[in-house]
Amino acid sequence: MAHEKVMAREVIYRHAGTVRLTHWINVLCLLVLLMSGLQIFNAHPALYFGSTSDFADPAVAMTYERDGPDGPIGVTDLFGTRFDTTGWLGGGYEADGEFQRYGFPWSITLPGFRSLAKGRSWHFFFAWAFVINGLIYLGYTLLSGHLRRDLAPDRGQLKGIWQSIKDHALFRFDHGEEAKRYNVLQKLSYLIVIFILLPLMLATGLTMSPGMDAAFPWLLDIFGGRQSARTIHFISASLIVLFVLVHVFMVLVTGVWNNLRSMITGRFVIKTEEAEG
Amino acid sequence: MSKKQVSRRSFLTRGAALGGTLLLGGCDSLSRDPLVQRILASAETLTEAVQRAILTPNDLAREYAHEDISADFKANGSTNPRTPDYLALAENDFRDWRLEVGGLVQNELSLSLDELRAMPSRSQITRHDCVEGWSCIGQWKGVQLSHVLNKAALKPNAKYIVFYCYDDLGRGGSEDSRYYESIAFPDAFHEQTILAYEMNGERLGIPHGAPLRVRVERQLGYKMAKYIRRIEAVESFDDIRGGHGGFWEDRGYTWYAGI
Repeated sequence: MAHEKVMAREVIYRHAGTVRLTHWINVLCLLVLLMSGLQIFNAHPALYFGSTSDFADPAVAMTYERDGPDGPIGVTDLFGTRFDTTGWLGGGYEADGEFQRYGFPWSITLPGFRSLAKGRSWHFFFAWAFVINGLIYLGYTLLSGHLRRDLAPDRGQLKGIWQSIKDHALFRFDHGEEAKRYNVLQKLSYLIVIFILLPLMLATGLTMSPGMDAAFPWLLDIFGGRQSARTIHFISASLIVLFVLVHVFMVLVTGVWNNLRSMITGRFVIKTEEAEG
Repeated sequence: MSKKQVSRRSFLTRGAALGGTLLLGGCDSLSRDPLVQRILASAETLTEAVQRAILTPNDLAREYAHEDISADFKANGSTNPRTPDYLALAENDFRDWRLEVGGLVQNELSLSLDELRAMPSRSQITRHDCVEGWSCIGQWKGVQLSHVLNKAALKPNAKYIVFYCYDDLGRGGSEDSRYYESIAFPDAFHEQTILAYEMNGERLGIPHGAPLRVRVERQLGYKMAKYIRRIEAVESFDDIRGGHGGFWEDRGYTWYAGI
């Protein structure tokens, strides 16, 4: 009899309850923080480096020009080079043909109309939720061994990083025994987000507080001034958005229901190929 | 492309647009809901409590060097009050201007600019952080608010210091639409809290609050009332105007503007 390959299903328990709960709370927090953050940014859609705002020479500014070829246009100034970003950044046309100024379009801000005061109250409420949720996650991660067991790449994985990059580029993902743990790129991106980008959001956010700057003046020195901290806050947020896009993409291409189930119930299905006689 | 496909596509597009509108509309109606607003605002109580617990009277806002002073210090909010009483005072170079100090005090005061200038002064080069996100550095000179308050001798039940201003930022043409602000004692008696009459070595100009503005260096710009007319010590600001302790606070901004 010829050997036949039989697919076997193995169900593993992948995500602990604390990880699952804090993950979804974090999804909500980051979504609200991003959208309300864009609302706050729209109050002064320009970025600077250093302590102060040099209004004549911003690093980045979203603005508008009154006399474009067909009326006003939205403009983004990136280190002195100007781009027409009508409809995306700086300003765009409403359904009724009316030109509206903004930094980011009001369709993606919270609330969806200009209100710095309301944007701030959403932002700071969810900033606290994010911090408390993050502390619970960090406490669990450090105490339960989640960090050592699941997140820290071992030497073998680090050595195989080039292979992992090649495999990802070819959309070849781990199966069987290897799929029971995170791959090396996954581990490194989680570590960067958890231990660098998210804490950086908090630290740069606090550096924008005149109260916290008085209590901890070294915050200003670490980030090179309040306006630099604001710019880093923006860059770091953009990197988190980039992470989320890649993260969601990987969830989609590696089995969306299996991945979603594992983050809701904890159970993750591994398909193994077993040779049987 | 068949008709059916087109209509299905347009159905999906419209469906997505409708769904998006409902979702965003949902967020926007949440934003307008008073209960949601109260819940969200509760975080402000936490922020204030934590900052108050961390900040000691000795924690000073950073003071900068002379060369750090911004060439273009943005003037925001009111930049040129057109109220009749203010215009009359400005016309005469504020010689007739008086700072009234009253409310819960033992001694009511009425001080001219010259009298304020004769008091001990403090000069500081500090960063001004606007709630909109920008910052500018300027040099301020004035008398410490604590000096004036001690002269007035606060009554024991006084808890807040309220600043009443000349500018009609609300454009209501009435007393109630004029700017006002309030601060609590940890800030009122802070070393860097001054009533400034000079900016960058010159007399305070009209765009920045002539003849007198307050500097509250550990809070955001809107706490630092310009065009001050009267200072009042009160036990509570619940019954003043909108009851939230300031012009912007009555319009949804947080009272403790520490972040």
